[in-house]
Amino acid sequence: MPGLGARLGRGGATTTLASLAESDCIVIMGSNMAENHPVGFRFVVKARERGARIIHVDPRFSRTSALADLHVPIRPGSDLVFLGALVNYVLNSERWNSDPFFREYVLHYTNASVLVSPDFRDTEDLAGVFSGYDPQQHRYDPSSWQYAGRVQPLDGERWPCRPRIEPERDPTLQHPNCALQVVKRHFARYTPELVEQACGVPRDLFVEVADTILANSGRDRTTAFCYAVAWTQHTIGTQIISCCALLQLLLGNIGRPGGGILALRGHATIQGSTDIPTLFDLLPGYLKMPQAIPQHATLADYFAHERPATGLWYDMPKFLISLLKAWYGDAATPENDFAYEFLPKIGGDYSFQSILTMMKDGIIKGLFVMGMNPAVGGQNARLARQALANLDWLVVRDVHEIETASFWYDAPEVRSGEVRPQDIKTEVFFLPAAIAAEKDGTFTNTHRLVQWHDKAVDPPGDARSEAHFVFQLGQRLKELYAGDESPAGRQIAALTWDYPTVGPHQELDLMAVAREISGYRVSDGRPVAGFQELADDGSTACGCWIYSGIVTPEGEHRAKRRRGDDRASLDWGFAWPANRRILYNRASADPQGRPWSERKKWIWWDPEQQRWVGYDVPDFPASKPPDYQPPPGARGLEAHPGTAPFIMMLDGQGWLFVPRGLLDGPLPTHYEPWETPVTNPLYPAQPRSPVAPVFLRPDNPYHEIGDPRYPYVITTYRLTEHHTAGGMSRWVPWLAELQPAGFVELSPELARELGITTGDWVVVETARGCAEARALVTERVQPLVIAGRTVHVIGMPWHFGFGGLATGGIANELAALVKDPNSLIHEAKSFTCTIRKGRLQEGVVR
Amino acid sequence: MQLLQGLRNHIGLVPNPVSQATRQARSRIRGAEVSISVCPYCAVGCSQLVYTKDGRILDIEGNYESPINGGTLCPKGAATWQLIHSPLRELRVKYRAPYSDHWEERSLDWAMERIAQLVKQTRDATFVHRDENGLVVNRTLGIAHLGGATLDNEENYLIKKLFTGGLGIVAVENQARI
Amino acid sequence: MNSESTLVGRTRARPGAFGFLTDTTLCIGCKACEVACKQWNQLPMDDFGFTGMSYDNTGDLGATTWRHVAFIERVADRQGRRPTRLQPFQSHWLMLSDVCKHCVNAGCMEACPTGAIIRTEFDTVVIQQDVCNGCGYCVPACPFGVPALSPLDGKAHKCTLCYDRLKDGLEPACSKACPTDAIQFGPVHALMDRAKARVAELQAQGVDARIYGDEALGGTGGIGGLNAFFILTAPPEVYNLPAAPELPQRRVLPAFLTTALAALVLGVATLLSFWRTKEVRHG
Repeated sequence: MPGLGARLGRGGATTTLASLAESDCIVIMGSNMAENHPVGFRFVVKARERGARIIHVDPRFSRTSALADLHVPIRPGSDLVFLGALVNYVLNSERWNSDPFFREYVLHYTNASVLVSPDFRDTEDLAGVFSGYDPQQHRYDPSSWQYAGRVQPLDGERWPCRPRIEPERDPTLQHPNCALQVVKRHFARYTPELVEQACGVPRDLFVEVADTILANSGRDRTTAFCYAVAWTQHTIGTQIISCCALLQLLLGNIGRPGGGILALRGHATIQGSTDIPTLFDLLPGYLKMPQAIPQHATLADYFAHERPATGLWYDMPKFLISLLKAWYGDAATPENDFAYEFLPKIGGDYSFQSILTMMKDGIIKGLFVMGMNPAVGGQNARLARQALANLDWLVVRDVHEIETASFWYDAPEVRSGEVRPQDIKTEVFFLPAAIAAEKDGTFTNTHRLVQWHDKAVDPPGDARSEAHFVFQLGQRLKELYAGDESPAGRQIAALTWDYPTVGPHQELDLMAVAREISGYRVSDGRPVAGFQELADDGSTACGCWIYSGIVTPEGEHRAKRRRGDDRASLDWGFAWPANRRILYNRASADPQGRPWSERKKWIWWDPEQQRWVGYDVPDFPASKPPDYQPPPGARGLEAHPGTAPFIMMLDGQGWLFVPRGLLDGPLPTHYEPWETPVTNPLYPAQPRSPVAPVFLRPDNPYHEIGDPRYPYVITTYRLTEHHTAGGMSRWVPWLAELQPAGFVELSPELARELGITTGDWVVVETARGCAEARALVTERVQPLVIAGRTVHVIGMPWHFGFGGLATGGIANELAALVKDPNSLIHEAKSFTCTIRKGRLQEGVVR
Repeated sequence: MQLLQGLRNHIGLVPNPVSQATRQARSRIRGAEVSISVCPYCAVGCSQLVYTKDGRILDIEGNYESPINGGTLCPKGAATWQLIHSPLRELRVKYRAPYSDHWEERSLDWAMERIAQLVKQTRDATFVHRDENGLVVNRTLGIAHLGGATLDNEENYLIKKLFTGGLGIVAVENQARI
Repeated sequence: MNSESTLVGRTRARPGAFGFLTDTTLCIGCKACEVACKQWNQLPMDDFGFTGMSYDNTGDLGATTWRHVAFIERVADRQGRRPTRLQPFQSHWLMLSDVCKHCVNAGCMEACPTGAIIRTEFDTVVIQQDVCNGCGYCVPACPFGVPALSPLDGKAHKCTLCYDRLKDGLEPACSKACPTDAIQFGPVHALMDRAKARVAELQAQGVDARIYGDEALGGTGGIGGLNAFFILTAPPEVYNLPAAPELPQRRVLPAFLTTALAALVLGVATLLSFWRTKEVRHG
């Protein structure tokens, strides 16, 4: 999410699945799209039928590769070398330097011309770290990453705002410190030779990929990138994605039909649960959770430090105050900071992996799990189960009795007799859950499209929706705390929690919740038409500003609209923000507002109407002319010129160089995975990310680089036939029979070395644990030659567990707790292991 | 030629015996009510038609109208009917007391009340009004929540609102990070 | 390469016949067809287990699997080198969604002694469950090994081409679900025209594509073509499909003649033997 957000302004996919059909070239990398998004892949097939080139860069030859024109086998964990080399190749190519399109796009729509502070030192200068690195704290001070002439330029422009300062620029793009030249120098060593050495990709194959992308980008052609968690789940995952954004900016592919970056997400509303976040560090609509720091002590402090002077985020107070009104109602007044004190302040990292260790260490005592299976999905699964066993109480809400609910009698260590149920104190509640067709509500899909699902029947038995559960729980707690004047009692008392209920189970009326999310006028409850109507004086309430307007003033829920067409389908569902389908689509027109080409027109400036018109909702102030220049002292979006497509950014531009927002550097740099069999060819002294959060504890041991006991690279993934940790597939007979057992994929070369044949039982082992599986020996996996030596790769689907019909060893027994510093996402796509033929002791794993 | 074609529907000279059941065969969704749903599995967002009669779901298939899936589904989406009617689906509340080796059946109401009591107990024991630096934090680290990516947006909203906004639970996380 | 089939592409399907075109070049092996079929027809899961045959764990068409996706890995060359530049659309990991072929002349139907198997108004071949007595004659009579006896009810089962759906004007479940339109449903003649155009287009792009299921390939031996036919990019044997299937009934006349001849020879031999016996006695 920060990978795209830091450079483009929003973390969401910039384009739509349907737009892929208009691509001239589609690069699928870090994703096995045909297997994990089969229906999304139909647009790739459509594009292919129209003649597009399909490139799949992936360690394995998968069902996606089978339909591609090029399959590029790559060592897991080396993606950034490949992408960095594409950047380098593009910047030095004849086409990029001679076609005026690229120069025009980059000069106007990116910060290419901005001069970077002379204090900035690159990883190339400092042997693998950027300037500002604190080796004791493993942290960066980003002050030297700023634009020239300012110590904290972007921070200095906070509210109450000082006059806006135009950064120094060199429109010739020649100044050695302009962002473009800094980028160019940074990637100078990312050559086809390095790709061959680090990724195991033959030089000529890399060049063919680069030439294909280059030839299919420009005024008249667009290339799209599709990625998924095989980019995300690395200690440098954010930077891998950010490097793709950098490349797509250079190629002029952002904001245009058939271009962009499509993040392929794996759960029905994983996008929605980030927008309306069940995440510790965010409030709805990507507002930052306030922290326990003096800078966030009051609402005014919070705005003073978080609110920028320019860009759409200037309106932040309207969004946050409307949220506070939605949550605390009459208890939120201008006099009491709109009840800001009731928002809890975070004091650390409470992300998923930290929650596991906080449970194991006894800090967290009670846990709710709703539609998730951490006993299988949690890295270092043994630690995850120990964490569950150390809770006082655990509430699991799911459709099937998943491993998270049954660990106390069914886990491998219980079956082996190592632990007895009588030793586990956890009080466990299993509550049956309802499924989409049994409840009203919305999902947000992978391209930000919100769709309503109708309730077709009542859920059976004791099964209820989460809405029902949470609502009832809230009501009971309000009663339990009635009259309690302690801070804890006042917090829950202040919360608005009066929703109407319907039906025999007293399900709450989801439309009432939807209206609150969408926003309304406090005085009369009339829904607002969009976030432009939100106010910072307490006169409006809105639960999630980016979903604002999803319920129209007439009361219609736009996610229920179901009139599709073969273009943008603006009347099918509602895409946040403001129903825009391709983000940053101002960039689909040239600086003067004309379509770049007839073939790739999307929105453009109509001088007659003095408006932006086209096939989509403009992601731009609708009547701001292309030649608009901000007056001195302008604020918010008025401070952006008419040529600034990236409205969430401070300067309205896509950032080639990222002066703020990323914790591990302003530019993507290759670091090896935390566990790797080879060294970093670029920075032998700094092989791994200097700032990756690690868990140095005895129950989470790591392998040293090149540890001979764990010589193989392992990568984990999903299969078409199953879903995530299996709770919705391994118990379903029609799916279970299609992939009935856990397996590992290995090459015939490695299998021969180890005497393994297909069907054999094998045990995969790391310092964290062991997982048993069946062997599937296949040419689809291949050894790669990395810096002159053979590196074997093992693949293991991570769906399986000890429950349900389709069972198998848990791949996450093997993975370690270690993560990306920006996204706090773990590294499961590349670590090291060993494998042997045989079984764990009898009875340990079914 | 016509005669020859006709004869292919015969056994020898006797016409195919078309049975009563064959003659009456009709799709079971004829006359059913249809609701429009969204596939609960991945994030492509395929539109599904849910056919019901007498409060029972007969069939779930893709929605032709959708600009995303145009009537199609993947194997998981196509299995949604069985997810709902899975023979292994749990329909009753199960309770496991501390140190017990077996599940017990309890009523939903009992479980809800017990859970509410436990939340209050744990929250009261762990709630922090001011942290060690004297800053008002109004939070508890004693309780955590996991999940959300498979739920509805409205449910995520309610979870975040009640747990974080109302109870001060900050360790709220979902699958976006796993 | 132009095979005869792509030039001919002829079947004896009557006008108004409906069928499937299964175009393997568009297939991503997702198995949506298998599940959609099971869902609509409410078929139970099969015998259960890890086969190790690539991603195929359901093995074959059977009484409870009426669509089956076969996976054939042909990735590396003889030296173990993996390909990187691939031909357009599906290659190297071949996936084929197999199904009852709904033969123009159906062996199963001709073998059925009870009249349980009929040809419907859509020219599809259906086993009537209320008539079938489970004799199993249809099982060996099918040159493709499609019908199978179910251990659950003892009767023969196979794809009905969603007869119940067709009667209500609904598309069959498998072709409807197929995300990439690798399975297409429609009038056989229209599908055949489409298949010929597709094969020509693929061949122009260098793909060794062919139609399986016309009278030149797959619909041979008196079958007269298949109403459910395929586009393949390798010889049919690679997909475990017979290259030159034949109606078993075709062997009836030769078998009869052979038997008659054998009887004649045997008779003559017997007579001769008597004659010789006589001779011996005389001798």
